[in-house]
Amino acid sequence: MLSRTASNLFWLGRHMERAETASRLFEVGARITLLPNTAEGYQNEWQSLLRASAASDLYHRSYDELSEENMERFMIFDRNNPSSVASCMYNARESGRIVRTALTSRVWDALNVAWQEMRGMDPGQEDAADLADMVARHASTVHGAIDGTQLRNDGFHFMKLGYALERADSTARVLDVKYFVLLPRVEFVGSGLDNYQWQVILRALSAHRSFHWAYGDDVSASRVAHFLILNGEAPRSLITSVNEALWHLDCLLRRYGEEVPHSARDRAQALADRFAALDIDEIFDEGLHEFLTDFIIEIGRIATCVQNDFFHGRG
Amino acid sequence: MYYNEMFDGEQVREAYASLSDWVDHMPADFRQMKQAEAEALFRRIGITFAVYGEGGDPDRLIPFDMMPRVFTQNEWRRLERGIKQRAKALNAFLRDVYSRGEIVRAGRIPARLVYQNEAYEKAVVGFVPPRGVYSHIIGIDLVRTGRDDFFVLEDNCRTPSGVSYMLENREIMMRMFPELFRGNRIEPVDGYPELLRRTLESVAPKKCEGKPRVVILTPGHFNSAYYEHSFLANLMGIELVEGADLFVDGEFVFMRTTEGPKKVDVIYRRIDDAFIDPLTFRRDSMLGIPGLMDVYRSGGVSICSAPGAGVADDKAIYTFVPEMVRFYLGEEPILKNVDTWTLWKDEDYKYVMDNLPDLVVKEVHGSGGYGMLVGPRSTKEEIEKFRKLIEKNPNNYIAQPTLSLSTCPTFVEEGIAPRHVDLRPFCLCGERIELVPGGLTRVALKEGSLVVNSSQGGGVKDTWVLSE
Repeated sequence: MLSRTASNLFWLGRHMERAETASRLFEVGARITLLPNTAEGYQNEWQSLLRASAASDLYHRSYDELSEENMERFMIFDRNNPSSVASCMYNARESGRIVRTALTSRVWDALNVAWQEMRGMDPGQEDAADLADMVARHASTVHGAIDGTQLRNDGFHFMKLGYALERADSTARVLDVKYFVLLPRVEFVGSGLDNYQWQVILRALSAHRSFHWAYGDDVSASRVAHFLILNGEAPRSLITSVNEALWHLDCLLRRYGEEVPHSARDRAQALADRFAALDIDEIFDEGLHEFLTDFIIEIGRIATCVQNDFFHGRG
Repeated sequence: MYYNEMFDGEQVREAYASLSDWVDHMPADFRQMKQAEAEALFRRIGITFAVYGEGGDPDRLIPFDMMPRVFTQNEWRRLERGIKQRAKALNAFLRDVYSRGEIVRAGRIPARLVYQNEAYEKAVVGFVPPRGVYSHIIGIDLVRTGRDDFFVLEDNCRTPSGVSYMLENREIMMRMFPELFRGNRIEPVDGYPELLRRTLESVAPKKCEGKPRVVILTPGHFNSAYYEHSFLANLMGIELVEGADLFVDGEFVFMRTTEGPKKVDVIYRRIDDAFIDPLTFRRDSMLGIPGLMDVYRSGGVSICSAPGAGVADDKAIYTFVPEMVRFYLGEEPILKNVDTWTLWKDEDYKYVMDNLPDLVVKEVHGSGGYGMLVGPRSTKEEIEKFRKLIEKNPNNYIAQPTLSLSTCPTFVEEGIAPRHVDLRPFCLCGERIELVPGGLTRVALKEGSLVVNSSQGGGVKDTWVLSE
């Protein structure tokens, strides 16, 4: 497969997943502001959200005030924000258009429809939950079309690899929002408010019910963290995402043979091995935020290896 | 006064009988429903004509007219012979002017028109591409003015586009009106991609061993014909590449793949000469492949169409194509040229300037319906403005009489009405010269308009060739 094709497929997956993350993050923010927490009011949640998505500077270049209205513009509609839902959907569709020959008509159709609907929407038209629903619905359609109709060839693995790495990154960032929200007032840990916030995180990841199925009623920090980091059954957990990325890299290696570089596979294998030996107390001892930061950096390194292994064509 | 393709006097021609019946019994709302359905299908499969930099919808649809244009078997056989003859002569001409230049020595074509032509490529003089073929896909634009009167308007020897519309129009007609295809014996066009692939493989370079690897080279997804490029790559099962996907290493061209470099043997390029190799042509080109021309000249890769093929298809050379047929093939041309005045000849210049309001004047290198004057449809000011342009540079223009282009019944707002059409069949030249029975019919949707180019608001129709 052409390196450029592979790269576009990989980014198609990443951008679709990233669109969903942006809308999830926005929904987390909107829900958290529904409850008062700090004396300073509601500003803090949006700020933490920007920090977790590393978009604080960009935001303040275009917007003065931190308000839900501005945040909606920024995270959902703003094409100057490369991580907004609109930017990601546009980019995913552009990648798709460039590699039309590698996509089934169903996948193209789903991408195209998603973008057309997004393009037709205006800020303020829907509330946060409806927006998130809309984005999640389109994301599912695209993902479903990929799973249901694409040949299980290298193109498929590149797309799914993009999804898996982006998902790992995204879950880590959503979790990190929680860390930032809590940061100013340590005494909230373990309080009703604390638990409420964990619940919001679960909801935002559409994992509210599954958490209860897996762990019963009690929502506590260590259980939610365990669920989202180390539970191999949770579809968006870090460990699941890493294992999926590894699986797709393994499939590529089997397909291409050992002669083709496999630094990404080796790196993902090392990360998966480390995860298999981790327990949640260790993570809290290390510090959740530090753990997540390291993790996000490591995912970035694996993505760079993917780039070097496959997308240069070594000419 | 215009020849209407559907009628012979008052009588509906046999070829159109069932279509005429079909239209007569079609309820108006059914037609609107089908039109909307067709549009949705086009939009859905993504067949759009991307026009960037002109504002408006970058993914514009070319209007599709559901009323087909029909040729009988006899009409088609004659066209086919004429097109193949012309394609053969054009390739012979190219081979000649890049070697001994016999036709120029014989005084049949002025040397200036050939050797000073912008498209004449000194870099390939003396090199003969595989099988002596320079132009592998030739789109010949034809118009009809009467029952037996067909004229060639233009030869496109470089990168003619529109073949995807020929294929998609048929696909959509078959999907929407299967009953029409049961009732008429219509020759299929869907063999085109296979034929194109065989043609390209048949001109693999000397150094190629085994099955040739063929790719399509596109300028990228911002190009207006990008859809066509990806469509053809898809149907032929080959890679669609951009310049940056290819690189030269030693004697060969390679493409960058996830499994490392893979050798490429035949490049069907859809970008202009000036951009294919920054080392030989335009240095600022980001679209091309540095060193490509060296590999080409040493027989490591084939480029279709060959660099320099453009010298055969500009409007100045056009006037000499009948001469080429006689000179190289010793035959009389089957298809006629449109009478053409060349403004660098004194007597022609005088005639044209005296009769501007009755003529069509075109730039020698213009295309897409730009840079032309349609005398009878222009205002006095427009004509005077053009007169000044011609005075400044007469070499740059040719003139032709306003042709009475035939019309074909077309669905319009009010119902069905005659609209002017032309035809572009696609002739393939490799080991053999072949074409599928059909082509792209373009239709001027505005009443009275003679300009059918898609960039000027023209539409397209399915083109039928009936079998015996």
